[in-house]
Amino acid sequence: MSKQRFSALSLFRRALGGHRSWEPQWRKSEPQPAYDVVIVGGGGHGLGAAYYLAAEHRVGRIAVVEKGWIGGGNTGRNTTIIRSNYLFAESAALYDHSVKLWEGLSQVLNYNVMFSQRGVMMLAHTVHDVQVFKRHVHANRCSGVDNEWLTPEEAKAFCPPLNIDPDIRYPVLGAALQRRGGTARHDAVAWGYARAASELGVDIIENCEVTGIRRDAQGRVEGLETTRGSIRAGKVGVSAAGNTSAVLALAGVRLPLESYPLQALVSEPVKPIFPCVAMSNTIHAYVSQSDKGELVIGAGTDAYTSYTQRGALHINMHTLDAICELFPMFRRMRMMRNWGGIVDVTPDRSPIIAKTPVPGLYVNCGWGTGGFKATPGSAHLFAWTIAHDEPHPINAPFTIERFRDGHLIDEAAAAAVAH
Amino acid sequence: MLLIPCPHCGERPEIEFTYGGEAHLVRPADPSTLDDAAWADYLYMRSNTKGVHAERWRHARGCGRFFNALRDTTTDQFLASYRIGEPKPAIPTGDPR
Ligand SMILES: Cc1cc2nc3c(=O)[nH]c(=O)nc-3n(C[C@H](O)[C@H](O)[C@H](O)COP(=O)(O)OP(=O)(O)OC[C@H]3O[C@@H](n4cnc5c(N)ncnc54)[C@H](O)[C@@H]3O)c2cc1C
Ligand SMILES: [Zn+2]
Repeated sequence: MSKQRFSALSLFRRALGGHRSWEPQWRKSEPQPAYDVVIVGGGGHGLGAAYYLAAEHRVGRIAVVEKGWIGGGNTGRNTTIIRSNYLFAESAALYDHSVKLWEGLSQVLNYNVMFSQRGVMMLAHTVHDVQVFKRHVHANRCSGVDNEWLTPEEAKAFCPPLNIDPDIRYPVLGAALQRRGGTARHDAVAWGYARAASELGVDIIENCEVTGIRRDAQGRVEGLETTRGSIRAGKVGVSAAGNTSAVLALAGVRLPLESYPLQALVSEPVKPIFPCVAMSNTIHAYVSQSDKGELVIGAGTDAYTSYTQRGALHINMHTLDAICELFPMFRRMRMMRNWGGIVDVTPDRSPIIAKTPVPGLYVNCGWGTGGFKATPGSAHLFAWTIAHDEPHPINAPFTIERFRDGHLIDEAAAAAVAH
Repeated sequence: MLLIPCPHCGERPEIEFTYGGEAHLVRPADPSTLDDAAWADYLYMRSNTKGVHAERWRHARGCGRFFNALRDTTTDQFLASYRIGEPKPAIPTGDPR
């Protein structure tokens, strides 16, 4: 396949031909008998890791195996909020590594991921929220990550639809604003990485579910059983989000993860009316407007673990109640679609990008409700960890062993919300 | 919304309940004798079962009591519920769907 570069000129030329000359953007591959590295999971994290392995590390033959279609997991189901204003220095470094990669990603991949730094505003509704957010602002300043405190009036100036009446159920007492935060196009991230990885020779194998992990006499990984046959592999990197516990159980590895449904919904499309991303952790309401015009609304997790990719209606109702009160002009909008994804949550709400106790087996998981923003950074660091058989300094704190050793990176406590 | 069978009250809507996580995790009798790995295993590691999962629920806005249940996490269908102290029932055979 010849790489068709995207540029204003190439789009114009193909438009003259009625756009009939475009070729598929990546190869659909059949599984080969053996690879040097196989990535399990064709979400943004897995495809990105394959791309960085091929682009930045000489590791030989690489494949991504995906049980469904690429980007059909949480990558294609999330509300695409991107920010890096986390409390702890380890987290801020990890997420900001990602934001910096987002800033150049469309150019690097020659694929428009529609990264839009429209600003992410996190609303504070209680005295406790105010104290926690101000602490974040100060901590971020020490880590060199932008984050600023807004009064209710300043928040309304930044986001005019916001209701700052003091007598509503969840009054706005202020907000933390990260101007470099924003959104990106979820599918484009998966497709852009797939296209760039395929161009570098990575095999992308869809409809191929991993059903077993084979190990040699010394316990080292030697291959995978899949619904499309056996594949030998020198190293295996698992990036399977909500299904990670089930995949790693195939190698007898237990993880500190629980998988919960998380839901989102979109409204009918309307003209541009909402200038930024607004989020409220306290009442689980997350909203932005897509370039197509739909409001993209995220809700909270359901109460129980599940693998169904659906959740309960009352969770969405709670979020819509909050959205309608905070943004009264949305009260009469119609919601068009609703869906769920399965998110893998760790006890400290920080991810794991690490080696496992099994030689040759690596895992990238625990991103829970917030790993889309981390896609480029996580993929980049996971590729490094697999290639070097040791973590990069940025992901070195994000091990499985931190739970044994007591080095939690407790963003759960830092966010101070009931998850 | 799920209909959850409380073994004391019968089926009630999910909003009457709170979830208590994986069931039958027994707190070690003498934690000070454990090494860090065993203690972390008790505190943090979970089976996160894809399939029939034994879990705790509390009928918080009903009788107030804790109980255990078996639920298939691939369908969310409840297969059994039983009182605290009762043994985990055998998994009913046949396709629950
Ligand atoms: C409703 C919702 C809203 C969200 N909102 C945000 C947000 O605003 N901002 C943010 O940063 N994050 C958000 N997230 C979280 C974010 O979506 C995820 O953290 C991130 O997309 C995970 O990417 P991934 O590539 O690891 O996972 P996925 O895209 O889920 O990819 C994992 C892939 O592994 C495959 N797989 C699983 N098991 C196997 C197997 N046995 N064999 C082969 N393949 C397998 C799956 O099919 C899947 O395609 C949200 C999530 C949801 C569900
Ligand atoms: Zn009851």
